Amino acid sequence: MSEITQEQVTHLANLARIALTPEEIVSLTSELGSIMDHVATVTEVATPDVPATSHPIPLQNVFRDDVVGQTLTAEEALAGAPDHDGSRFRVTAILGEEQ
Amino acid sequence: MAKLMDYDRALELFEPVLGFEVHIELSTKTKMFSDAPNYFGGEPNTNITPVDLGLPGSLPVVNGQAVRYAISLGLALGCSIAPTSRFARKNYFYPDLAKNYQISQSDEPIAFAGSVEVELPNGRMFTVPIERAHMEEDAGKLTHVGGATGRIQGAEYSLVDYNRAGVPLVEIVTDIIYGAEADAPELAKAYVSTIRDIVVGLGISEARMERGNLRCDANISLRRRTPEGEPPAPLGTRTETKNVNSLRSVERAIRYEIQRQAAILDEGGTITQETRHWHEDTGETSAGRPKSDADDYRYFPEPDLLPVVPSDELIEELRAALPEAPAIRRRRLKAEWNFTDLEFQDLTNSGLVNEVIDTVAAGASPAAARKWWTGEIARTANAQGVDATTLVTPLQVAQLVALVDDGTLTDRLARQVLEGVIAGEGTPQQVVDARGLAVVSDDGALIAAIDEALQSQPDVLAKIRDGKVQAAGAVIGAVMKAMKGQADAARVRELVLERATALPE
Repeated sequence: MSEITQEQVTHLANLARIALTPEEIVSLTSELGSIMDHVATVTEVATPDVPATSHPIPLQNVFRDDVVGQTLTAEEALAGAPDHDGSRFRVTAILGEEQ
Repeated sequence: MAKLMDYDRALELFEPVLGFEVHIELSTKTKMFSDAPNYFGGEPNTNITPVDLGLPGSLPVVNGQAVRYAISLGLALGCSIAPTSRFARKNYFYPDLAKNYQISQSDEPIAFAGSVEVELPNGRMFTVPIERAHMEEDAGKLTHVGGATGRIQGAEYSLVDYNRAGVPLVEIVTDIIYGAEADAPELAKAYVSTIRDIVVGLGISEARMERGNLRCDANISLRRRTPEGEPPAPLGTRTETKNVNSLRSVERAIRYEIQRQAAILDEGGTITQETRHWHEDTGETSAGRPKSDADDYRYFPEPDLLPVVPSDELIEELRAALPEAPAIRRRRLKAEWNFTDLEFQDLTNSGLVNEVIDTVAAGASPAAARKWWTGEIARTANAQGVDATTLVTPLQVAQLVALVDDGTLTDRLARQVLEGVIAGEGTPQQVVDARGLAVVSDDGALIAAIDEALQSQPDVLAKIRDGKVQAAGAVIGAVMKAMKGQADAARVRELVLERATALPE
């Protein structure tokens, strides 16, 4: 059994901005532990000569030419916005900074 | 206002340890992962596509030109190019990116392990170790509205423009830099300046700091010096200063942080590991966000993008096309122009090397080109608070020098012509014609003025005839005045001595 703690689940939930009830924390701790166990089983099979993969399809170097295409208008861009000032998205002031 | 320790005293007690993260906005036509124009400015939220807004169903595709630019930059930084590099998601919640993550590169950057040779104002050469250079996307622009200061504290809401979101960036990260010692502030400035020269030379970025094309985050910590024979003290806690938008600020911010941290440590305090903001107006840094688990970005490979595997042929093609490295170029120019160390440093510090190159190419001698750019033009620029390059063109300076060389202008007249050119009155020749500034080279006119001056000052004439040649100064002055300064003083002097003996008693 993997060592996933309730503290780790609480930390992850906080990072992902997901509110969890105490019951959900208990159940997710157990579920995440099972997932980790499953991954551990796969890891046992993988030998050092199997390279890590980030994509199921073995493709690489898919590039785009540097040519300008169709853009959205501001109206289109803002169409789905909960709030805006006519040209920019309006968001609640968030304490923090640009990364 | 934070307490500061005297800089020299701070250096006696502590060793500054540096690290820089420089972000370069690439000047591709389109963004990193979308075909929106790479143009920040204009009407908000118009240079965007669904990819830049992270709309459901939209998928990023890598800009091939941005990859080539990144490889060229990596090579120019002396880096190895990764046989395989990958993009990763850096997860964080902040509205400057609509996706709630930034596509960046984490443990597989495109370039790694290089170094940059930097020349300090005192002539010292310093090798800055480069850990990596990786590709990523820029974030949108937030404007905080409400509150007293327009800063985020107290703001009621923020407005977001995503035109800059997705602009291609290369972030250059140095290794820990030891040994800068008292030169740390100058090294910081010289390093950023060298990076700017490199990217401008490659033609891959506008690299205008004031526009945010090139941004520097400066990390600094202090390590207490230990007596000889004792083991070195552990590294101190570092701060990361952001918002440093000019070369001068980079230098000032490092100096400030050294003095601030030294004062705290000397009183037994501790440095908080945090982001600090540089304030250009007050010349201080202020505390920003503490580094904590907010930095747990949960990187993972970007599932929507494929690995970048540049071929050896591509890498060698880009390597062959690299321009001369700035340090090597400087050494070559210094030799070609036959400048002394001091003259060349003076020029380098003025940031006008390229202008002198272009002026020399337009026909001026290196010495004359240097003299005008670092002298009169730099002084005028300084007085007007503008960039010297905006005042005149290298061609105009070369034309001015030519007018001096062929005797049309004296240095003094040339300064007036330059003033006219700067004022927008046309080319140097046009200013000479319009203002009637050419040297009076007609000896007849000069002789008439000299004779008149000599005859009106018979005592001076007598002295000159007695061999008291220095008395001629008064006559020369009178003649120059009569000619409104438009005469060659050396020629006037020659003629004065000639006429003094030629005139009848």
